[in-house]
Amino acid sequence: MKYLCLVYYDEQKMAELSQAEWDALNRECMDCVGGLQASGHFLEGAPLLSTDTATTLRVRDSKAVVTDGPFAETKEQLAGFYMLEARDMNEAIRLAEKIPPARYGCVEIRPVRDLMADGNLR
Amino acid sequence: MSQHINHTIETLYREQSRRVLATLLRLLHGNFELAEEALQDAFAAALKQWPDQGVPDNPRAWLVSAGRFKAIDQLRKRGRQDVVAAELARELDAQDDQLDLDEDRFGDDRLRLIFTCCHPALSMEARLALTLREVCGLTTEAIAAAFLVPVPTLAQRIVRAKNKIRDAAIPYEVPEADALAERLDGVLQTIYLMFNEGYSASSGERVLQAELSAEAIRLGRLLLALLPAAEVRGLLALMLLHDARRAARVDDDGDLVPLEEQDRSLWHRGQIEEGAALVVAALQGQRPGPFGLQAAIAALHAEAPSADATDWAEIAALYTLFLQLQPSPVVELNRAVAVAMRDGPAAGLALVEQLAAKGDLKDYHLLHAARADLYRRAGQVAQAREAYRSAIERTRQAPERRFLQKRLAALGD
Repeated sequence: MKYLCLVYYDEQKMAELSQAEWDALNRECMDCVGGLQASGHFLEGAPLLSTDTATTLRVRDSKAVVTDGPFAETKEQLAGFYMLEARDMNEAIRLAEKIPPARYGCVEIRPVRDLMADGNLR
Repeated sequence: MSQHINHTIETLYREQSRRVLATLLRLLHGNFELAEEALQDAFAAALKQWPDQGVPDNPRAWLVSAGRFKAIDQLRKRGRQDVVAAELARELDAQDDQLDLDEDRFGDDRLRLIFTCCHPALSMEARLALTLREVCGLTTEAIAAAFLVPVPTLAQRIVRAKNKIRDAAIPYEVPEADALAERLDGVLQTIYLMFNEGYSASSGERVLQAELSAEAIRLGRLLLALLPAAEVRGLLALMLLHDARRAARVDDDGDLVPLEEQDRSLWHRGQIEEGAALVVAALQGQRPGPFGLQAAIAALHAEAPSADATDWAEIAALYTLFLQLQPSPVVELNRAVAVAMRDGPAAGLALVEQLAAKGDLKDYHLLHAARADLYRRAGQVAQAREAYRSAIERTRQAPERRFLQKRLAALGD
């Protein structure tokens, strides 16, 4: 079996952490990934930039409808994920338009960041 | 002499700083923070050097090139602590021989800036603020005043938009052909909203925020020069035709004057002629788009000698076409009003009541205002009175509310 673990937290509370505290938490995450890799359990994963950077895409009548902000609707549920490599946001949108369920629900596009020993982005 | 040069530089700043910024943004990989700093540094360098050395032959190219050097300097300084900055400094330095200051590229750069500021991944609020700041060069204070928000709120909106452009890697580019039509539509919507914010502020006392409309028209002209597409023409025509009626739209007390009661001698003839000519060009040889159709309707109004002598049949037909293109209850309402002018209030009322029964527009003040007006014209005073009250309850704009109250009072008891 494969399992997807989704990480949630209150961004505002996390923003209150000092850079040192934030970096320490990120180093913990790197160790966690390292441990899971060593034991052969880690397949794929990445931290995301904050929801300020989020963009939501819907396809209706074969047209892409792009809006600012994260997807926030309790009526619809998370159904899967795609990790894409794209040159920039415009390419990411063009690629995400091809995801079939975008016609029914929506696809939230979030930039991935790197885990670093220090100087982590928020 | 130096005073004369300072004056030259001031004029250059006013007329060219947005173009210089647009090109610097391309050369600095779309980094707004760096490009803006570079722009200021370039003008500071001009103030220092030009009084001695004289004004260069191509001041704009000089400013771009000076700004770029300043930015590389800045990146090198930062690069001592920041590996990303150091990398970018090396990259930019290596591109030196590709520095392209061709006149044509300047136009492309302005288009890039427009498409980036109007990117659909930014909220409409952010697009408006960013476009007015970066493309039009308005100050943050002026934009905040126009949208009636505190300066720090507006400044924050712009900072967030730039952060998103940077963090989500929104590219500094004109979309490729297959995405262009869709993206252009987003740009046109932004410009039209800017115009409307200036033409009828969405709330508050000020009906005429002339500056926003003037910027929107200027932007429409710029866009048309850079990208001569039919819908760009349609949008510019629509804005010119609406704006031509500006002086007649409010009376001396600041109250709204409805179209049929406006003093048509106050309409700006030159602007109407320009708008009407653009409509003809926008509708030539292809299926008209939504802006072209709306402009055609506005042109029929603008060219009519009076409300009664307006070609209402043609206007109703254009609304029918518009409805096929963009079905919406608001357009249905406009079509119903045109039908009432063509066939009498009873015919219009039948359509408006049908629309009211559907419920989509139950809180839209103009639906109730239209019902009220049609009942008034049909002589059904009790129904008119009830509809005016519904309209007044739902109107946020003070001048519009006063207008409706006057109409209600004129019905008597």
